[in-house]
Amino acid sequence: MNRILYLIPLGLFAFIAGLGGYMLTQTKDDAIPSQMIAKPLPEFDLPPATEGVEGLSSSDFVGGGPKLLNLWASWCPPCIAEAPHLETLKEAGAPIYGIAMRDTPEDVAAFLANHGNPYEAIAHDKISAIQFELGSSGLPETFVIDGDGVIRYQHIGDIRKEHVPMLLDLLEQAK
Amino acid sequence: MIRGLFLAILALIAVPLAAQDKAPPAPYANVQLEDAALEAQATELMETLRCLTCQSQSIADSDAPIAGDMRHQVRARLLAGDTPDEVRGWLVERYGDYVSYTPQVSSTTWPLFAVPLVVILVVLLVLWRRLSARKIKSESEA
Repeated sequence: MNRILYLIPLGLFAFIAGLGGYMLTQTKDDAIPSQMIAKPLPEFDLPPATEGVEGLSSSDFVGGGPKLLNLWASWCPPCIAEAPHLETLKEAGAPIYGIAMRDTPEDVAAFLANHGNPYEAIAHDKISAIQFELGSSGLPETFVIDGDGVIRYQHIGDIRKEHVPMLLDLLEQAK
Repeated sequence: MIRGLFLAILALIAVPLAAQDKAPPAPYANVQLEDAALEAQATELMETLRCLTCQSQSIADSDAPIAGDMRHQVRARLLAGDTPDEVRGWLVERYGDYVSYTPQVSSTTWPLFAVPLVVILVVLLVLWRRLSARKIKSESEA
């Protein structure tokens, strides 16, 4: 009986070591999901990011069908990578609204000239306040907002080619 | 020649700097509140909020632009009359328990608080049994 009791610590150690070893083989997911899904878009009213584009407010998302809300910045390299796929989404009929974080009008204009402008409107948030309101923790991030202005989905990171059909599906479902 | 190469290497090392934004920091990112008591509350709160991009640092420790923007939110909200608990709640509502370094009791965190209590109870029980056993032994020897 006592001998079996002595085996308990060894068994515990083996279990914890095994668990540690198993966790090492798992890919680490650093993404922090927003808790704002299924909640209405927080209120905001932001100025245009550069000359010749429109600003954006939360009331623009109420009525008029589902939309994509894309958080980006001209200084964010993955935002360049997703630019062609935003273009594809736009060509497929997805209305895309952008908000640039901590940017300058000149940099935004240069980015649009280099990588295209798939946006219906581009607002500027110089203190990233909208990121905190949305529970977003990095750039780029894209939210699917339904016609009632409710947040339906959060896409963390750049949109790749394989994400395009999924986002179009989600827009369709949000109708 | 070597000097040119050295400079070229230095220039390459500086490439990541190009991926930083040029916008100035938010007003209260690196500026203390005038009210010292309020600033003390802000500091205490900022030391227990996790930076979102540099995941093992508090926003008080981190130099990331987003941490600066979070410090601005904390100071601006305290200045507007929110309590530290309200500001923490506002962030937890958006990011979950993840963002806070002082966990609240919830359906997922209760073992954190229950396990120490259970351990203390077990230790007290063992101590009580051993001490009473010793007492009986010494009484029977007497």
